Amino acid sequence: MKYADEYRDSGLSRKIIEKIHQTAGKNIRLMEVCGTHTVSIFRSGIRSVLPETISLLSGPGCPVCVTDQQDIDAFIALSRIENTIITTFGDLIRVPGTTSSLQREQADGRDIRIVYSTMDALEIARKNPDKNVVFLGIGFETTTPTIAASLISARQSGLKNYFVYPAHKLVPPALFALMETIGVQIDGFLLPGHVSVIIGTDAYRPFFEKHPLPCVVAGFEPADILLAVLQLSEQIADGAPRLENAYPRAVTASGNIRAMKMTDLVFEPCDVPWRGIGVIPKSGLAIKKEFEMFDAGKQFDITVTESQPPKGCACGEILTGKKIPPECALYKKVCTPMSPVGPCMVSAEGTCAAYYKYFTSK
Amino acid sequence: MCLAIPSKIVKIENTMAVIDVEGVQRQASLLLLEDAAVGDYVIVHAGYAINKLDETAAAESLALLREAFSASEQNP
Ligand code: SF4
Repeated sequence: MKYADEYRDSGLSRKIIEKIHQTAGKNIRLMEVCGTHTVSIFRSGIRSVLPETISLLSGPGCPVCVTDQQDIDAFIALSRIENTIITTFGDLIRVPGTTSSLQREQADGRDIRIVYSTMDALEIARKNPDKNVVFLGIGFETTTPTIAASLISARQSGLKNYFVYPAHKLVPPALFALMETIGVQIDGFLLPGHVSVIIGTDAYRPFFEKHPLPCVVAGFEPADILLAVLQLSEQIADGAPRLENAYPRAVTASGNIRAMKMTDLVFEPCDVPWRGIGVIPKSGLAIKKEFEMFDAGKQFDITVTESQPPKGCACGEILTGKKIPPECALYKKVCTPMSPVGPCMVSAEGTCAAYYKYFTSK
Repeated sequence: MCLAIPSKIVKIENTMAVIDVEGVQRQASLLLLEDAAVGDYVIVHAGYAINKLDETAAAESLALLREAFSASEQNP
């Protein structure tokens, strides 16, 4: 496969690994802020080939995991409204809310459908004109333009029964918040590949200027990730932090301007809560007034009372790199992918699920 | 949630493309791309192509990598 096989070349990876071993000195903690990186790092066994001095931490990069409990409860409340079809990406339905989950609501007969894209959700809305179709909008900068595009299409085609509940998140404000969270220790960031495809490396400039830490945008093949780790360890060894792009075949400085324009047409930044981190200023996206007729949060009366995160779940500390899953008392004992307690065990991109599947203590 | 594998555009009809991902054909929307042509490699996220892969950048960075690590002659 063009643009992929070359980066799976084990000879190349081995050379990069050797170089990492020569470069890495003192203990360093690197955080990846993308769930797809987390999975790729575990699946390819990168952790086991790195020097013991390098710790890879998984940050708040799994969209399902960072969704606040109150939003999960709102999704469940929406599913209980008469005449409503809920459309969502798959992982979300198993996330436990305070008293139920979408999966349980589905078993109780609510119409909840997993879709691959917002285009499928639009299609369901067209085919069911007498029902309200609500799409649960989670995800980062990569996903939001696809949601924005669906709202623009809905408006153009005069669709009146399609709605989005906006719970989107932005990555750069989360980086600021992480650095300002007490107890968080990060020596460098492996920046997300496909968020960066959209926002471009320039979007991290303000962050880098305030917190000059090594920052490298990485792709998803093993050699891509190893290369980014090498660049981070070189920067740390030199004592000269830089904002670098190790994924130039896909990521530019300015990003995908057309996609960002679509997002801007429909959404505007707002303060939102993240699981485990709390409210981060201007880190979410609200639907603008011009599109408010599609805003499920405004068009439906959903009352959510007393949202409580699962008892004993350490997802909050895991999402900020303060703990790793084996340090959670419930990990593997009460909490497993078959019966997850927290979202980090539900999502395939969740850190706890990745540990469960791939991690064996040495 | 991201499909990291580059997919080749094999057909375009209005704003929809047929893409080939390792032999499997799927549909992807081109609404988020400025210009896309048959033969381009794109990354698809949740049904939408989000960018075109830059052939020159890919070739250059790969050449640099191989040079830096002189890995090409040492494949196991
Ligand atoms: S192991 Fe389960 S309970 Fe513990 S932090 Fe992870 S998801 Fe939460």
